[in-house]
Amino acid sequence: MNQIPILTLLLFLPLVGALLLLALERREGMARVVALCIGLLETVLACSAWFCQCNLPVANAPKGFFLFEDLPWIEALGIRYTIGMDGISLLLVILTALVTVIAMLTSWRSITERVSLHYLLLLAMESGIMGVFLSLDLFLFYLFWELMLIPMFFLIFIWGHGRNIYSAVKFFLYTLIGSLLMLLAIIGIYLIHGSQSGIYSFGLSAILGTQFTSATGLWLYAAFLLAFAVKFPIVPLHTWLPDAHTDAPTAGSVILAGLLLKTGAYGLIRFGYPLFPEAARTLTPLLIVLAVTGIIYASWIAFAQKDMKRLVAYSSVGHMGFVALGIAVWTPVALSGAVLQMVNHGLTTTALFALVGMLDERTHSRQIEDYGGLWGKVPLLSAFFVLFAMASAGLPGLNNFVGEFLILAGSFKVAHIATILAFIGVILPLVYTVRLIQEVIFQEERRPLTLSDLTLREISILAALAIGDLYIGLHPAPLLEILKTPVALLTGGSP
Amino acid sequence: MDTIAIPAINLAVIAPEVVLSVVAMALLLINVFVKSEQKGYLGYLSIAGILGTLLMLIPAWGSSVEGFSGTIIQDNFAIFFKVIFLISAAMSILITDKYLEREGCNQGEIYPLILFATVGMMLMASGTDLMTIFLGLEVLSVSLYVLAGFNRNNIKSNEAGLKYFLLGAFSTGFLLYGMALTYGATGTTKIAKIASYIAMNGVSSSNLMLVAGMILMSTGFAFKVAAAPFHMWTPDVYEGAPTPMTAFMSVGPKAAGFAAFARVLLVALPALKPEWSSLLWVLAVLTMTVGNITALYQQNIKRMLAYSSIAHAGYILVGFTAGNAVGTAGILFYMLSYAFMNIGAFAIIILVGKKGEENSNVSDYAGFGYRHPVLGIAFCIFLFSLAGIPPAAGFIGKFYLFSGAIQAGYIWLAVIGVLNSAASVYYYLRVMVFMYFKEPTEDFEWVKLTPAFVLCLLIAVIGVLVPGVLPGLFLELAQKAVLM
Repeated sequence: MNQIPILTLLLFLPLVGALLLLALERREGMARVVALCIGLLETVLACSAWFCQCNLPVANAPKGFFLFEDLPWIEALGIRYTIGMDGISLLLVILTALVTVIAMLTSWRSITERVSLHYLLLLAMESGIMGVFLSLDLFLFYLFWELMLIPMFFLIFIWGHGRNIYSAVKFFLYTLIGSLLMLLAIIGIYLIHGSQSGIYSFGLSAILGTQFTSATGLWLYAAFLLAFAVKFPIVPLHTWLPDAHTDAPTAGSVILAGLLLKTGAYGLIRFGYPLFPEAARTLTPLLIVLAVTGIIYASWIAFAQKDMKRLVAYSSVGHMGFVALGIAVWTPVALSGAVLQMVNHGLTTTALFALVGMLDERTHSRQIEDYGGLWGKVPLLSAFFVLFAMASAGLPGLNNFVGEFLILAGSFKVAHIATILAFIGVILPLVYTVRLIQEVIFQEERRPLTLSDLTLREISILAALAIGDLYIGLHPAPLLEILKTPVALLTGGSP
Repeated sequence: MDTIAIPAINLAVIAPEVVLSVVAMALLLINVFVKSEQKGYLGYLSIAGILGTLLMLIPAWGSSVEGFSGTIIQDNFAIFFKVIFLISAAMSILITDKYLEREGCNQGEIYPLILFATVGMMLMASGTDLMTIFLGLEVLSVSLYVLAGFNRNNIKSNEAGLKYFLLGAFSTGFLLYGMALTYGATGTTKIAKIASYIAMNGVSSSNLMLVAGMILMSTGFAFKVAAAPFHMWTPDVYEGAPTPMTAFMSVGPKAAGFAAFARVLLVALPALKPEWSSLLWVLAVLTMTVGNITALYQQNIKRMLAYSSIAHAGYILVGFTAGNAVGTAGILFYMLSYAFMNIGAFAIIILVGKKGEENSNVSDYAGFGYRHPVLGIAFCIFLFSLAGIPPAAGFIGKFYLFSGAIQAGYIWLAVIGVLNSAASVYYYLRVMVFMYFKEPTEDFEWVKLTPAFVLCLLIAVIGVLVPGVLPGLFLELAQKAVLM
């Protein structure tokens, strides 16, 4: 057992930072710096967890978890403070820390009102997301699941533009209805497990073996699936996403796409499938159909978008469709691909939203038809734009290709037709991405634009993400190595 | 000649009530000698009385003492509720003084009236005889009729008082008739004896007189806790009554109604459980749905919170329908947290309001969050708790209530409750929309915090957050309290 409670620190450092910012209400410059320092510290902490993998096996911890903390919390209800980290959580925790720092940097200049509150919410959200990725107690998980909703709501709401109230409320209600039904399902599991074993507990490892009758299991799983599918988002529950993205401030979009969407997928991997293997198998065809529909439909719609942010938002829906497919077929290769794709999507989409935000800051327009001829004017920005757009389209050598390839390779054996159809979904992004690059970067200038190239702050944001993209694209082996044990354990093989 | 057996009186059981009544009567006398601009001191005296009563109650926790030949009892259940009543009375008194000054009806009688109402509520929670419960209810109601119409210069307040009186008297009639029928069916008004009579003589749902008694008593209580379809008086009375009294009425008397309702149904009539739980099922669904849907359309924030309080009665009825230990403990926990969050919210409404009950539309809150960041955050905490979003106490309370319902097999009731809870989020969020998004049209300079308000808000925030984050202790107390 390690002496330093790294996980607790990871969970509460941002929250402590948020409280600190409460005191810095009026000193905005200071608030920015403090928030960034906390964010960087959190990133260092997250990366240091990487080196704890040799801990295995940890006493009392479920298999595959190399960091584990377990304390009683609300004993009257059998609720414990159980948090743990395995390979899947590790990657997502590092992603969370990184994306939060990037979100802070992207809003460095663009947020001028109520700065402290903005950074406070970013930090609070980071805590919530960390909690979702680390909780091994269903009640705790639900708590963090709801906790991350509130800061996001306010981010869209206060600093958003356009129809931000509508979008914020829509986002809130969609996710809330899903998660409230999940809460009922959680209570249901708790009671069924309690009456079977006599021990009332919300702990994941305690509940895992619970037997449900097939009808009960199906209903409970459906409630979980609904909550996760809204966050995912799986077509047809995706309609909140383009609105929320379009009207959110850049930092909001970055966190929404980079992190919040991952929580749905993570929930399905950590809780949905393991708790209800039978029900999950029954609904797998449905999930596969919805995933493939999502991939093709979203790419199709993305092609028609005039607003760059909306285009990236729809491309997100498509990419998350791949993740859904990878989880649905539940084979080791596809599942590793799905987790990897979550990280990839986090990096690439974050970069694209950041880029659109940077353009928006300069010209106050996100319409594709306002741009053109950027290559000659702002070469650095254009180069990054092309790089990330191509990564998003799945160019070999860049990260998304690896993830999509693994998902398709893993699912072909299980679902032929779906995989073949999903291949179309690999091609379609290429179409709209090439169009985007052509119109924005290479085409002749359509409107005289006064643009300045990237500042050092912006270069560091994009460079960090580009390094990540290239690294995963060229050498994904270390990441796959981390995922090997947890994925094998989840899919029922031996590590 | 036989000696007349004098029943054991055991004054210790009602000592807290006696103390509070004495304080109230003393205040009535003192009031005569206090100048009108110094009436606020009466408030502090009454709070001292409440604190004294609290100090007498707390050592009694854990024991169960009967008195007055079994017509009254001091058990954990009663004590838990009494603490809720006292807290809500004290918090309401803290926010009363400034309001009365602003509205120009600074009459000192309001404090003794609040205390008398509290005594009534305490008797209701303690009553183990239908007559004691009825007496408590009358003491409570008569005080409340006056309190609702206390702002006699305001026509809406007059309307509220009169309306509450007429409908309240009407509902009392139902209750009394139900009690009479129950007495007719079982030959006793003592709660424990009703249960044992039913058990011994095998009286069941085939006994129409008993069933009718149960239904009529439920109707009477449903009026008191403002459950749909007996909720019609609530919005008008809550809107018209002086705001601190609305805060008080929406918490204390509701809790008292539930305390007596629970004791009658759970202890006296467990034999009729299939009947009353299906009755409550319908009441719960109607109450939640009517409350929430109507609240969606309200422009006046007091009216909105009135409908929201109807909805909250519905959530509590969900736990009540379950009729098991978890659900009943949920009622207790929820009432406790509801006291803090609702009175906290009303305190902010009083601060934002202007003379003559002006400035109480949702749209008047435009920009309030910018002008007063700390008050804005406090209001958000209360609203989030009312909406049942973690980590506020409102979430744990709802969680517990719905757990009870699921455990008892009322899955659909829980689903309807959860969907209702999601719908309710919308109108609470709407207030926040105005607070933070709309451009400020006012400078809110009249919003001045007095120490009493700071104290009330501080208690409310702590009362919402502590049971929300560390509910263990409070849940244990609630669980111990339901072992009636």
